[in-house]
Amino acid sequence: MAKRLGRKEKKMANEISDEMIEYVGILAKLELSGEEKEQAKADMGKMLDYIDKLGELDTSDVEPMSHVFDMQNVFRDDVVTNGDMREDMLKNAPGEKDGMFIVPRTFE
Amino acid sequence: MINMEKQYETVIGLEVHVELATKTKIFCGCSTAFGGAPNTHTCPVCTGMPGTLPILNKQVLEYAVAVGLAANCEITRYCKFDRKNYFYPDNPQNYQISQLYLPICRNGYVEIETEGGKKKVGIHEIHMEEDAGKLIHDEWGGCSLVDYNRSGVPLIEIVSEPDMRSAEEVIAYLEKLRMMIQYLGASDCKLQEGSMRADVNLSVREMGTEEFGTRTEMKNLNSFRAIARAIEGERERQIELLEAGDAIIQETRRWDDAKGESYAMRSKEDAQDYRYFPDPDLPPVVVEEGWLEEMQARQPEFREGKMERYKEEYDIPEYDIEIITASKCMADLFEETVKLCGQPKKVSNWLMVETLRLLKEKGMDAEDICFSPANLAKLIRLADEKVINSTVAKEVFEAMFDSDMDPEKYVEEKGLKTVSDEGALKKAIEEVIANNPKSVEDYRGGKEKAIGFLVGQTMKAMKGKADPGKVNEMLKGML
Repeated sequence: MAKRLGRKEKKMANEISDEMIEYVGILAKLELSGEEKEQAKADMGKMLDYIDKLGELDTSDVEPMSHVFDMQNVFRDDVVTNGDMREDMLKNAPGEKDGMFIVPRTFE
Repeated sequence: MINMEKQYETVIGLEVHVELATKTKIFCGCSTAFGGAPNTHTCPVCTGMPGTLPILNKQVLEYAVAVGLAANCEITRYCKFDRKNYFYPDNPQNYQISQLYLPICRNGYVEIETEGGKKKVGIHEIHMEEDAGKLIHDEWGGCSLVDYNRSGVPLIEIVSEPDMRSAEEVIAYLEKLRMMIQYLGASDCKLQEGSMRADVNLSVREMGTEEFGTRTEMKNLNSFRAIARAIEGERERQIELLEAGDAIIQETRRWDDAKGESYAMRSKEDAQDYRYFPDPDLPPVVVEEGWLEEMQARQPEFREGKMERYKEEYDIPEYDIEIITASKCMADLFEETVKLCGQPKKVSNWLMVETLRLLKEKGMDAEDICFSPANLAKLIRLADEKVINSTVAKEVFEAMFDSDMDPEKYVEEKGLKTVSDEGALKKAIEEVIANNPKSVEDYRGGKEKAIGFLVGQTMKAMKGKADPGKVNEMLKGML
């Protein structure tokens, strides 16, 4: 499913199928109107075109980059530094009950 | 039921989650202490507030490496974190920070032993990740409630190769991991309490086939017994499907131990498209040679090594060695006490008899033992030097087991020392002889056993504080 559905021959512009945009919408928990879907299809197609463009570059002697900053080994020591912040944290909750965040009912 | 014309082989691989014994969460300074009131161990990082920055707890990495080294893994010298994306309310960031592309450990194995002999179970990888929050379903409110205290608690996931063929092998493998990790102090690995969780990937195939069958993943297994039952149940379910000519669907199933059956799960686990990508908030971890050597040097002696050494160093039965080394705490207690008193046999006896009895009676684990090696050593010395008799020693031990008090002080304060004053003892015996003419007559008439009663009466008169051997000896002399 995650394959680039709707992709045609190489070098041609990426065309996003209805099926694909529907699937991406489900993954992103977005409900799009018909108009928004068309817009999103066009935008996504352009993005993929751009990635394809980058793919044309010869990167055979470039080291793959795994992080944008030249940094490594940033650690904390295993020491408790936070106290009880519940009251503050619950201010961000959509709703609160018994010291917990209220969320839509989930089923297992 | 099952047509046994065809022989089937069960193929099992395990994903084991282990909660690490750090004081704080993996990416923030919140406490991991169990049992806090809901959301009292939370902060903007572990509740997924925008703009917060996770910082890796160094101890998490060191525990993960320690487990990897113990499981003969290659340590990934350049490792990083990835985001696993899914929406579920227990996951406040809408992604879990985990490792997909460069997990910290790879390509290891552990050796297990079952009735069928020794066998290696391959470890595909071990990666670090964060735990999710806990969902509570509000029956009346028609909503769910979330407690994020557990969100961000560090986990390692140990992924085995599909190398196991029976429930027995699975249990041996889990026992092995648990022992190893407990020896490392990296986790207490309690299945019931969820600090060790096992998901079972299982498929069946006709004996002799090379190709794997379609597998299912089973969750919610929180005891060794449930694991064994779930394996048996799933094997049968799959064979029945195959025999009926039906296909097995690759799915996640939840085991219901009360009903003894599993059912397919419909939830977040259904969305298999996690769209992993590198987490830009966390810089890579580079494990330099020197650091790795340091970690390697810190590895403890594991159970197998201890068992071998005990056999050579201490003159105690092999059975005792097995029991004592089955718990790191017990083994440490044993060694420390022996160091102090130099009497392995006596230390082993106190552990094997009284300690195990009290643990069982009180429903405790060896990890819950509170008395110190120093106090046990003192008690052994008190009994050795006959300052107290063996009955009193047991009484003192029980008190020490409960509160780790100093046995010397306790004996002093409670006046439990054996009375060595021969005059007092003689006086007590004279009284017992005078008051029990029947028994005295019996003994004199040749009934050897009658002396037992007289010793008992004397001990009672002495309030237990006499040496029974000595009482016996004196009685015989005086009768």
